[in-house]
Formats: sequence, C-alpha cells, structure tokens
Amino acid sequence: MAVKVIIPTPLRAYAGKQESLEVEAATVGEALSALTRRFGELKKHLYADDGRLRSFVNVYVNDEDIRYLEKDQTHLREGDTISIVPSIAGGRRH
Amino acid sequence: MLRVREELVRRIHAHGVETYPHECCGALLGREADSSREVIDLLQLANRRLDSPRNRFEVTPDDVRLAERTAREKKLDLLGWYHSHPDAPARPSEYDRDHAWPWYSYIIVSVEKGEPCDTRSWRLQDDRSGYEPEVIETAGRVSIS
Repeated sequence: MAVKVIIPTPLRAYAGKQESLEVEAATVGEALSALTRRFGELKKHLYADDGRLRSFVNVYVNDEDIRYLEKDQTHLREGDTISIVPSIAGGRRH
Repeated sequence: MLRVREELVRRIHAHGVETYPHECCGALLGREADSSREVIDLLQLANRRLDSPRNRFEVTPDDVRLAERTAREKKLDLLGWYHSHPDAPARPSEYDRDHAWPWYSYIIVSVEKGEPCDTRSWRLQDDRSGYEPEVIETAGRVSIS
C-alpha cells in the first residue's frame, strides 16, 4: 500500500531534495528499506553500522512512536504518514 | 557562514552560565540563503538528560517537534542547535558526532568556571567522518574555528 514518508530538512539533500515521497510498503521496516534503496546516501544517517536504526533516530506512524507499536514490524495502512524525527544529543568528552 | 546577532550570542552565553555546571541546549531558528545562514531567534530548551547533565544533553523528539512547529509559526527554518560544554573546549566530542546529522549548524559554547569563554559553530560532514568549522559572524566580528 502507498504511504507517505516525510523527509526531515537535514536529510532532504540525500533524498532528491524532496520534502516527502510515497513508497509502497506493508510495514515500517519495508518503507524505510524502500526509501534507502531508492536513496542510498540516506542509509548512513538513519542506520548505524550494525544495521539498527541510530539511537537518536525516531520514527512515527501518524503521531505514534513505533517503539510503542511493533517497531519496524509496525503494520501500515493505505495513506499512513511516516515521520522521521531526531532526538538531539551530545555532550563534552569527560 | 552563520550570522548571529550579538544579542543572541549573549542569550546563549547567559543560558550556559545559568545551567552551569550542567549543559544547556536550545534551537537555532533562522533563514538560509545561498551559502549563508542567519539565526533570527532562539528557542531555549530543557536538558532532558537528567542522569548526567554535566557532560551530556538531550533534546527529546517531542521538543524537536516543538522547535519545528515554533520555527514554522515564525516563518523561519530550524537551522540547528546550541549546547554548552562546561569546563571543556567548544569542540564537538565523539559522542556529539555519533548523534548528529549534516546540514544542521551546531553551536557549542565553552563555559569555564561559570564564565562563557569560546563560542564556535560546526557542521557534520556528509560522510559523518568529522565536523567542518562554520564561521560565525557576529555584528561584523568574525571568529574562525
């Protein structure tokens, strides 16, 4: 089914400068895979080397954090909107 | 180049002093045109990293969405973030690099013994290998990292 993925401003340069795009997917995992297959440069900013989503990258379906749903197995319905929202974290060395 | 009015730099410094010895954090709202950006306003945010606020900060996704909403309402862009390094240089740490995206401007203010002493801006490189210094222009004064 077709779902909309909103691309956060910092990552638009790696997604053809698009604010959002449509992908065909049944789960969140499939949608993100479709996205990174189409735009390979996005992958390193979303996923760590171990293949998991980076700890500061949060994914929402409509307004629900997928961590409280079924994570990347969260099922999608026609017309759902996926948002990618970072947490901002950092700090000094010691 | 990142233009920041002196008054806004003073507000970032004051926030770093207020939260010292803990880290402060906030959002940079402004406009981007061609190769330069201007910070027009700040959104002061709470450091949600309560377990180690002396050497870590966190802006939750809810606060990120609040910053995006605030920027939209003011017809500005969310250009990046600022935070303080209490008693440490105004340079990004490895931890900063692991938790960053390109495009955002990251301003870091070093607060030594409660006094702001150095303010720099950084942009993560496309390949995530490190940061590029971003020149800050403050009311005609230029500081180069």
